Amino acid sequence: MSLRIVVCVKYVPDATGDRHFADDLTVDRDDVDGLLSELDEYAVEQALQIADEADDAEITVLTVGPEDAKDALRKALSMGADKAVHVEDDDLHGTDVMGTSLVLAKAIEKTGYDLVIAGMASTDGTMGVLPAILAERLGVPQVTLLSEVKVEDGVVKGRRDGDTASEQLEASLPAVVSVTDQSGEARYPSFKGIMAAKKKPVQSLDLEDLEIDADEVGLEGAWTAVDSATERPARTAGTIVKDEGEGGKQLAGFLASQKFI
Amino acid sequence: MAEVLVYVDHADGAVRKPTLELLTLARRIGEPVAVALGPGAEATAPALAEHGAVKVLTADAPEFADYLVVPKVDALQAAYEAVSPAAVLVPSSAEGKEIAARLAVRIGSGIITDAVDIEAGDEGPVATQAAFAASYTTKSRVSKGTPVITVKPNSAAVEAAPAAGAVEALAVSFSEKATGTKVVARTPRESTGRPELTEAAIVVSGGRGVNGAENFHIIEALADSLGAAVGASRAAVDAGWYPHSNQVGQTGKSVSPQLYIASGISGAIQHRAGMQTSKTIVAINKDAEAPIFDLVDYGVVGDLFEVVPQLTAEVQSRKG
Ligand SMILES: Cc1cc2nc3c(=O)[nH]c(=O)nc-3n(C[C@H](O)[C@H](O)[C@H](O)COP(=O)(O)OP(=O)(O)OC[C@H]3O[C@@H](n4cnc5c(N)ncnc54)[C@H](O)[C@@H]3O)c2cc1C
Ligand SMILES: Cc1cc2nc3c(=O)[nH]c(=O)nc-3n(C[C@H](O)[C@H](O)[C@H](O)COP(=O)(O)OP(=O)(O)OC[C@H]3O[C@@H](n4cnc5c(N)ncnc54)[C@H](O)[C@@H]3O)c2cc1C
Repeated sequence: MSLRIVVCVKYVPDATGDRHFADDLTVDRDDVDGLLSELDEYAVEQALQIADEADDAEITVLTVGPEDAKDALRKALSMGADKAVHVEDDDLHGTDVMGTSLVLAKAIEKTGYDLVIAGMASTDGTMGVLPAILAERLGVPQVTLLSEVKVEDGVVKGRRDGDTASEQLEASLPAVVSVTDQSGEARYPSFKGIMAAKKKPVQSLDLEDLEIDADEVGLEGAWTAVDSATERPARTAGTIVKDEGEGGKQLAGFLASQKFI
Repeated sequence: MAEVLVYVDHADGAVRKPTLELLTLARRIGEPVAVALGPGAEATAPALAEHGAVKVLTADAPEFADYLVVPKVDALQAAYEAVSPAAVLVPSSAEGKEIAARLAVRIGSGIITDAVDIEAGDEGPVATQAAFAASYTTKSRVSKGTPVITVKPNSAAVEAAPAAGAVEALAVSFSEKATGTKVVARTPRESTGRPELTEAAIVVSGGRGVNGAENFHIIEALADSLGAAVGASRAAVDAGWYPHSNQVGQTGKSVSPQLYIASGISGAIQHRAGMQTSKTIVAINKDAEAPIFDLVDYGVVGDLFEVVPQLTAEVQSRKG
């Protein structure tokens, strides 16, 4: 029996660029180049490893995002995923996490799945909650924030390193998994992978295909509202001294002046 | 006055500091009703009462420890239905965010995560967030349902405000989903005796410049002289010099102490994402061009192997 894996991947503005908000207080996507969220590469990698261990598996990568988000899908396909689903609709502009998770859940159900794999957090919104929400919406176990993951005989097992303890988790499939950047370096796409990706199918879906009303998503339909976004003023230039044998003592003087000692 | 649910983070009855901070913020928007779950839940009541909780709803059951997240969501939902609060506040730990998010779906509400401040507003609580590695400050609201907001540690000063803190048992019936993800083993993290990284008033971090696990004692000695927590960059963690639980940054802990001291850390955007909201930033780096110097209040261009031990000795002698 084939193991159907859906990997959620997000297209985000490059974190090393100068990221901005647009006038409507959504992410300005024209300002900075976009790419596959680096943390989702780890999700694709784990999907590929799980598929390698399974008798028969198929990996679908899924994104909700604008036209350009196809780049993120292509990258995941070139790493080795089999096919892609792109949910794209003008009415999606400005959707928050409740709307995004609704769209993803419907698209996952439509695609069919035994295992959903996501990143630990996106590198733009960085909420880190979407996988848990997906599990709630789909009504399946959440096995999240894993630094190690394995699937055997219809059971997903993994290690979650929390703030106070490290836990071994287990759940039956179907399930939603998220993996951390401790789960193992993601592979680079090979030249062969890049060429093969061009021929892999990318299915486009819109809100109508998913039977979602436009007023449940987008800026208007959002469950949250951003009232203002202000660029943090550049920090006023600090004092910088060169160590000429007294650097530690000078620093102690600064710390004392600020009442830290 | 409207009631505000506050989810309590505690260890066997000892309330963690971020929860006490939440009570301070909750009092700005209503009367805090605390929800404490698991072993020692009732023992949290005196500390919560001291900081303004009018009521403490408690529940304990093996499910809370034996299964992941969902039993706690069931309990928080039971509290929500018992109280009909004006808002729900949860500490922004990894688990806290997941609990809050699932509750929000169930009650049909929006969620804001990682708030660094909350104020009362005309249309409900207004949350401040730091976006894009803290290069932006945003103000947001939940516009549908009951605001569910998670708040980062060190977002408010803890203030005493004695209140009744009446303990009430919370009746919880677990959903079918509660037992979906089994915790088959748990290894508690060993305590170092140092303050918790995310809660500490001072954090001293080391990076690739520390150049080996055997040199991290230099960073630890400075931390101990200041009563600080120890952090590390991902480069230091990936090299195996320090545990991942001490990593500061986008995929590690996000810290917001009064004082952050970075030694041998260049200041990559992913590191900055986890420490840029620190009140005072100090760096020691031998490269005058390192981007971390753009952030500092005080920087020393020099060799950390010279500067850090001298600083530690000076701190100790000033303390007498
Ligand atoms: C700075 C900033 C702050 C924000 N704050 C809030 C807020 O407080 N409340 C709110 O409701 N919304 C917020 N949003 C909007 C929110 O980020 C998006 O709706 C988003 O798609 C879901 O949140 P996330 O990316 O942070 O998810 P996370 O929970 O961080 O993402 C985890 C994983 O979910 C998957 N995933 C997330 N989005 C997609 C997608 N579009 N397609 C495919 N897979 C995906 C990926 O696998 C990802 O690794 C914010 C956005 C920004 C840019
Ligand atoms: C998706 C993603 C997530 C990431 N998450 C994180 C994260 O959570 N946290 C994080 O830290 N990074 C993270 N990174 C990695 C980040 O991009 C940097 O690679 C990392 O922060 C570099 O660590 P560093 O500053 O210790 O090392 P380097 O960049 O190598 O800097 C070392 C510095 O030490 C100085 N130095 C060397 N010797 C001495 C000496 N004797 N005395 C004084 N100074 C000296 C050097 O001048 C240099 O500036 C992430 C990257 C990605 C792609």
